Amino acid sequence: MLLFDGVEIVQGDFRLTADFTVETGERVAVIGPSGAGKSTLLSVIAGFFAQSAGRILWDGTDLGPLPPGARPLSILFQDQNLFPHLTAGQNVALGLRPDLRLSHDDRARVSAALARVGLAGMEDRRPGTLSGGQQSRVALARVLLRARPLMLLDEPFSALGPALKVEMLDLVAGIAAETGATVLMVSHDPEDALRIAGQTVLVADGIAHAPQPTATLLADPPPALAAYLGK
Amino acid sequence: MAGGAKPVRPGALPLAAGGAAAVAALLTIGTLLAVLARAGGAAWPDAADWAALRFTLWQAVLSAGLSVLLAVPVARALARRRFPGRGLFITLLGAPFILPVIVAVMGILAIFGRAGLFNTALGAIGVAPVSIYGLTGVVLAHVFFNLPLAVRLILQGWLAIPAERFRLAAALGFTARDIARHLERPMLREVVPGIAVTIFLICLTSFAVALTLGGGPKATTIELAIYQAFRFDFDLGRAAMLAGMQLVLCAVTAALAARLSLPPAFGAGLDTSQRRWDGTGRWVRLADGAAIGAAAVFLLLPLGAVAAEGLPRLLSLPAPVWQAAGLSLAVSLAATALAMALALPIALGAARFRRGRAFEILGMLPLATSALVVGTGLFLILRPVTSPGALALPVTALVNAVMALPFCLRALIPAARRVEADYARLADSLGMTGLARLRYLTLPRMRRPLGFAAGLTAALSMGDLGVITLFADPERATLPLQMYRLMSAYRLADAAGAALLLMGLSFGLFWIFDRGGRADAAV
Repeated sequence: MLLFDGVEIVQGDFRLTADFTVETGERVAVIGPSGAGKSTLLSVIAGFFAQSAGRILWDGTDLGPLPPGARPLSILFQDQNLFPHLTAGQNVALGLRPDLRLSHDDRARVSAALARVGLAGMEDRRPGTLSGGQQSRVALARVLLRARPLMLLDEPFSALGPALKVEMLDLVAGIAAETGATVLMVSHDPEDALRIAGQTVLVADGIAHAPQPTATLLADPPPALAAYLGK
Repeated sequence: MAGGAKPVRPGALPLAAGGAAAVAALLTIGTLLAVLARAGGAAWPDAADWAALRFTLWQAVLSAGLSVLLAVPVARALARRRFPGRGLFITLLGAPFILPVIVAVMGILAIFGRAGLFNTALGAIGVAPVSIYGLTGVVLAHVFFNLPLAVRLILQGWLAIPAERFRLAAALGFTARDIARHLERPMLREVVPGIAVTIFLICLTSFAVALTLGGGPKATTIELAIYQAFRFDFDLGRAAMLAGMQLVLCAVTAALAARLSLPPAFGAGLDTSQRRWDGTGRWVRLADGAAIGAAAVFLLLPLGAVAAEGLPRLLSLPAPVWQAAGLSLAVSLAATALAMALALPIALGAARFRRGRAFEILGMLPLATSALVVGTGLFLILRPVTSPGALALPVTALVNAVMALPFCLRALIPAARRVEADYARLADSLGMTGLARLRYLTLPRMRRPLGFAAGLTAALSMGDLGVITLFADPERATLPLQMYRLMSAYRLADAAGAALLLMGLSFGLFWIFDRGGRADAAV
């Protein structure tokens, strides 16, 4: 269970509060106008930016003192999810061992993860030689291998075409189901939310609201969301 | 934790960066303090010292002024002309920066010296020979080194004028004079002061040129006076006093230079050229051709002369030359390793930490001092501990490394900032720290600037004729010093052979390191 306990994020004039829980195994979309603080919220959970008040807890453990790499989560950014100078296999293997000292068994697991996302045998390819969709798959293979209980997606597929994006979202849903991960996914497309997220957190007017069932929220949006959706 | 603060990332980097910056500070501020403490009891400067100060300033003003003045037409010609070999020529303009000073001096002597081509030609038409020793020679050598640098920097300014402006100028029917008035002169006003002050600073600390072409009461720079006070009179108080004088001069100029804008000297993209519609007249084209041709002859002829004279001797060089070459190679590689060990942590620290600018400033300190000041300070510090002769080579490597540090940082810090901006979050989220981060993120992403910086340091150290002259004894000499001794003994053919070897080693080292940074570099 992910608990936001009186969290307050301040950055210059910007201010955002969050005070709610997300149940384990839930898939939650985070939507709202641009600049509302969706990405900032994920940055704080991931440990790149410290909140100024309150605590974030995962299953009762305060995440505050943990450096980003030690938090029980995997995050995918909008871009720069792969190191271009490392091979696809090495990029995935970083999820197992950040120092890349791989055992025979580790290598087998890397290959299996790549095969699972549809990239069997592509271990030695550099990201530059892969398509955008394939690069996303490599990053997802790493998420699969890390198998952390929490998965944060900061619009990693926004550069992909609609069909490819749907494919990736389905892959995310599949991986989340296999690893039992709780998913928080920033999106500005309500279709994405409807597709894989049962719940939605609305971030608007300085507040990250408690999750609500996506279908209900979109069917009867509060004014801030209605303005954003243009309804 | 305060709002907006990045969480503290534990690791060895703060320690490494702090340590490296402390070493840089110790070698600049520490040696300075040693010098000042010693100078405290020194005499007030006498007439000869003031003469050295005046000469230092005057030759630096002339050198900087002439370099910039002559560079403008060459840069203008390169900016608006396209011809085969243009890219190669511009690359060659970068070469004097890593050319050993003593080699260039030898080449200049071959052309402009008493028996050189120039005076021979003058003699043929009945004109008395011109002596190159003194102010003329010092300024000539400085222009030889700094004209290419000025051309590259000014060309950078020209290419930074948006191509659309020239298109607009063509559409409005601007003449060359209109273009100069509305586009070129404003650019020159912007970049020339910074370039002139930078060259002025380089010429202030000139030692090897003054040692070989200057000298005597009329043509002694402060740097040379430090050497003489130290080496011939063993008057440490006077050396320290002169070092203090040098230091004030450098620090003031460096502070001034830091305030003026300077285009990046080693920027890529200089071999691109803009589409230009002006300058099509016959006289303009002739003038441009003459400017480029004259610059090429001025720069290539001296080196060609050294090569022609040295080539036959290269294989029959006396044993001490080869021995010196070996020592120089060792000094150069040690200096390179040391400079990298200092520059990399400082650059990473400057890029990663919010207060990293402090590391950067400490690392740039050597710009405000001079090699002989650091050398004198080290001598004063080490004298009670051990004999300076035994330390000649290690101290030379150390001083070379420190003096190269600012150039290395100029190449490394922007690259480190880019790596940090692009990949720090990913590496953090994967828990890549310490050596794994260094090995799989930092080093592969910074290969190119690291190779470039290492090549620069290796070449500068290989060709350095500075601190070694303070400490060297007859048995231990670096190749530049050995070459200088051959020249002083009028063994000019051997000296030319040694010059060719030295030039080859300097350029070779730069090429190997720089190449190593590029080879197989992943995107």
